[in-house]
Amino acid sequence: MTTQSQNKLPEPTPSAWQRFKDSNIGHSFIRDRVAQISFTIFLGYVIMALFAPLIAPFDPYDPNQIDIMNSELPPSWDAENGDEQFWLGTDAQGRDLWSTILYGTRISLTIGICAVLLQATIGIIIGLIAGYRGGRVDSLLMRFADVQLSFSTMMVAIIVLAIFQASFGTELYQELAMTMLILVIGIAEWPQYARTIRASVLAEKKKEYIDAARVMGLGPIRIMFRHILPNTLSPILVISTVQVANAIISEASLSFLGLGMPVSQPSLGSLISSGFEYIFSGAWWITVIPGVILVVLVLVMNMLGDWLRDVLNPKLYKG
Amino acid sequence: MALLEVKNLEVSFGLRSGEVKALRNISFNLDRGERLGLVGESGAGKSVLGFSILNLISRPGRISAGEIWFDGQNLANLSAEGIRAIRGNRISMIFQDPMMTLNPVLTIGQQMVECLQAHRKISFDAAKTIAVQKLKQVYIPSPETRFDQYPHELSGGMRQRIVIAIALLLDPDIIIADEPTTALDVTIQAEIMELMVELCERNNVALILITHDLGVVSQATQKTIVMYAGRIIEQGPTKEIINDAQHPYTQGLMNALPQMAIPGQRLNQIRGAMPPLQRIPTGCAFNPRCDYAEEACKRELPTFTRSGNCQVACHMVAAMRKAEQTQEGV
Repeated sequence: MTTQSQNKLPEPTPSAWQRFKDSNIGHSFIRDRVAQISFTIFLGYVIMALFAPLIAPFDPYDPNQIDIMNSELPPSWDAENGDEQFWLGTDAQGRDLWSTILYGTRISLTIGICAVLLQATIGIIIGLIAGYRGGRVDSLLMRFADVQLSFSTMMVAIIVLAIFQASFGTELYQELAMTMLILVIGIAEWPQYARTIRASVLAEKKKEYIDAARVMGLGPIRIMFRHILPNTLSPILVISTVQVANAIISEASLSFLGLGMPVSQPSLGSLISSGFEYIFSGAWWITVIPGVILVVLVLVMNMLGDWLRDVLNPKLYKG
Repeated sequence: MALLEVKNLEVSFGLRSGEVKALRNISFNLDRGERLGLVGESGAGKSVLGFSILNLISRPGRISAGEIWFDGQNLANLSAEGIRAIRGNRISMIFQDPMMTLNPVLTIGQQMVECLQAHRKISFDAAKTIAVQKLKQVYIPSPETRFDQYPHELSGGMRQRIVIAIALLLDPDIIIADEPTTALDVTIQAEIMELMVELCERNNVALILITHDLGVVSQATQKTIVMYAGRIIEQGPTKEIINDAQHPYTQGLMNALPQMAIPGQRLNQIRGAMPPLQRIPTGCAFNPRCDYAEEACKRELPTFTRSGNCQVACHMVAAMRKAEQTQEGV
């Protein structure tokens, strides 16, 4: 027996694909058609955003490529008025809509992801401290979060952005629009993270391995970030997908209200907004096409979030 | 001088219903390399005593009086950094359930290296060498492989061995083991106990073994402390306590061992249950359950009487010893 097992060749380490397929998440992904479709579409968006300069036939930021004579051309399948150059038509300034949408997706996704990173950083730190320290620190931080939550994100964003625009002028605002949007959306939504994490920390804190870590003589910061945080990652992952979708919607709404990205650097929201004036003059495509793109993006992100929540929740495990 | 000297330790918990004392007037010594058993029913305060030595009582509990002397320092009022330098380094602790005491998302190796690096300035490779060597000491087969595995990949007995290896990592002076074998099955229990005794002997480590299993105590320890309702009621060499228990409660515990029962009959038990800490009777806390209780037991708290090499807190034992002494005097 022993000689046999000694002679046996060492098992080859499974490939990354094999390991993914054997894992719980991979197993569920392979069986779930909705998750696959959502993921594929989302991946499409990411590729569109990343490679926008390569895919787009025109550069919408380059005034030399824009001709006002091309404005409000319908999509190319409209044989009467369409132009083959612009397959989704052009907007009011004569920019190619397809190129503008590609760049707009890029801006929307960047703002969404960066704002969520900011939310997560603030929320995780505050949630960990509140949950781990407990007592007065916890009460103080959580009341602070409650106050923050009692202002709606949109209200805070509108006030801050409007004041900024009024006091520093539109020019500076246009330069800093993206940073401002990330900051405002990021700061307004941190309590979502802080609350979720605090709840998980309270549950994890009671487990014996935390006592064991304290007995080892580890400091509180090390215990919080290295021992508790990795054990709370699954709720963080789930709310992150939903929060990115929310942040994209917030950005689009603000842009629609004229407080988001400027028309010279349109995001999906400001595209929708800029086309809205022309919708009754028959130029529906400027609003509708970016609108559909935005809705599909938010929808697939929410679907992915739902799927991830089901997979990561052991109570809902269906075998 | 003793390695660890606990003097008049008192731990209280501030509850809404008022202050409850979980430990009262606890005093004992522990020498280098000595193995001490802490015995008592659930709720007697054994674990609280274990935790309070490391000053790990969490709110609303606190050490309200007394001193814990270790290496010239009073652990009861040491600063947070001071006590952290002792935890895991000079005094380490082993918990009941090895399924729960290892962090599920970190590998065995990460947890061991982390513990070493928390107390010593040491490179990862040097830490790994020490960790693997300790894993060998607890007879983990192929320790290099285990080093990179996660806790869920190992069996319960294996995990408890790893917990012991972590406890030994920094060559501590004292290991506090809080029911280290309760969560394991019986065959593994004996193995783990033997291993702990062997390692403590080899490395000259003192052991405080918290358990309610008198069998384990009699095998593994030299000294025993019996606790009841937050007080020590009997302490002395394990052999004397096991063979000739003086306190009626200790006698009851001994008789309650399944080995003491006659086959086919009910197991012996101590009647009644331990009172909750809020309602400890006056006098001797054990008096409502004691077969020998008299008027004095209900009024006065018994003090320690010497009996052989043991200290016993019981009016009856005190009276008997007094009678013996007067007889000898006559």
